[in-house]
Amino acid sequence: MASRKSNKKTPAEADKYSVLLPTYNERENLPLIVWLLVKYFGESGYNYEIIVIDDGSPDGTLQIAEQLQKIYGKDKIVLRPRAKKLGLGTAYVHGIKHATGNFIIIMDADLSHHPKFIPQFIEKQKEGGYDLVSGTRYRGDGGVYGWDLRRKLISRGANFITQVLLRPGASDLTGSFRLYKKEVLERLVERCVSKGYVFQMEMIVRARQLGYTVGEVPISFVDRVYGESKLGGNEIVSFLKGLLTLFATT
Amino acid sequence: MLLVLLLVYFINHETERSSEYGAEEHSSPLISPNFFIMTKLLEWLLGVSLVAVAWGLVTFDLLGLQLPAVYKEVAWPMPVYLLVVFGCYSLATVGYRVAMFNDCEEAARELKAQIQEAKEDLKKKGLKM
Repeated sequence: MASRKSNKKTPAEADKYSVLLPTYNERENLPLIVWLLVKYFGESGYNYEIIVIDDGSPDGTLQIAEQLQKIYGKDKIVLRPRAKKLGLGTAYVHGIKHATGNFIIIMDADLSHHPKFIPQFIEKQKEGGYDLVSGTRYRGDGGVYGWDLRRKLISRGANFITQVLLRPGASDLTGSFRLYKKEVLERLVERCVSKGYVFQMEMIVRARQLGYTVGEVPISFVDRVYGESKLGGNEIVSFLKGLLTLFATT
Repeated sequence: MLLVLLLVYFINHETERSSEYGAEEHSSPLISPNFFIMTKLLEWLLGVSLVAVAWGLVTFDLLGLQLPAVYKEVAWPMPVYLLVVFGCYSLATVGYRVAMFNDCEEAARELKAQIQEAKEDLKKKGLKM
């Protein structure tokens, strides 16, 4: 009896969450995001690992990651670097191969996605048994920080057009803060061919197409504290191209 | 024949999409979606052509039903009317959502404080930047 009491707070020990962090020149942000991940996973008690996939950053991101590994341990920080910058999709494939968790969390390493939401993602997933849980900036308490009116207008307009054309059953298609069942992510990555913003959109559209269930958690998106984020004409054109491709093929 | 086939798939997809807004359950389709996947483009073409046929039937009385003249008067400007309504709806929706887009000032403040805390803690743990 007494020994069981101490077990009270460990939730579902069988589940393990692998966080994939693709990085390129994130030496400022990487220690901070790792610190936050360790903090919130530590507080919530879920079993986890952080897989850093560095694409040969010239700024020494990998050396920082090695130091973090020494601080937090090899079981928590796993380094899977690649020699040069390759696509996001292949980074996920590469990360999944080395992931030991049965759930995968993907997020940006630039601090725009706050790890405090991860426990909410996990609860949401357990609550509905969802195949994937997506963070959303467009519903409930979700939102953004650091966007001017132009950026908001483009974002909302693009989202509206996408909702009308694709009716994807998810409110935030271009966000990349998500939790997947491992086998679901494996199957989706296999099928998705797009790049950039459109890649995230294709993932969720194909998920619906394959009949997977999607849960949503409102998140606050704090735009890059260090470094700058870009949204130029090129991004918009490639977004529209991708949207039309998905419109015609899914 | 082809139209009937398309209609079956359309209905199939409608049931599949019964959850409107994201987070809900996914009901099973009547027919396996892997058998034939109707793209969104085809769905739109089908929808538009159905409306166009209905509009043509009433406006030009193609079936010779001798419909009252009122029907025709209402029907013929309908496509333009629908477009205008849809345009207004779109503008209003996007405008409202832009205005209601949350500014997460609090989240930004919290993050800045945590960054400070993290930097100090990491330095203590021996991280050299």
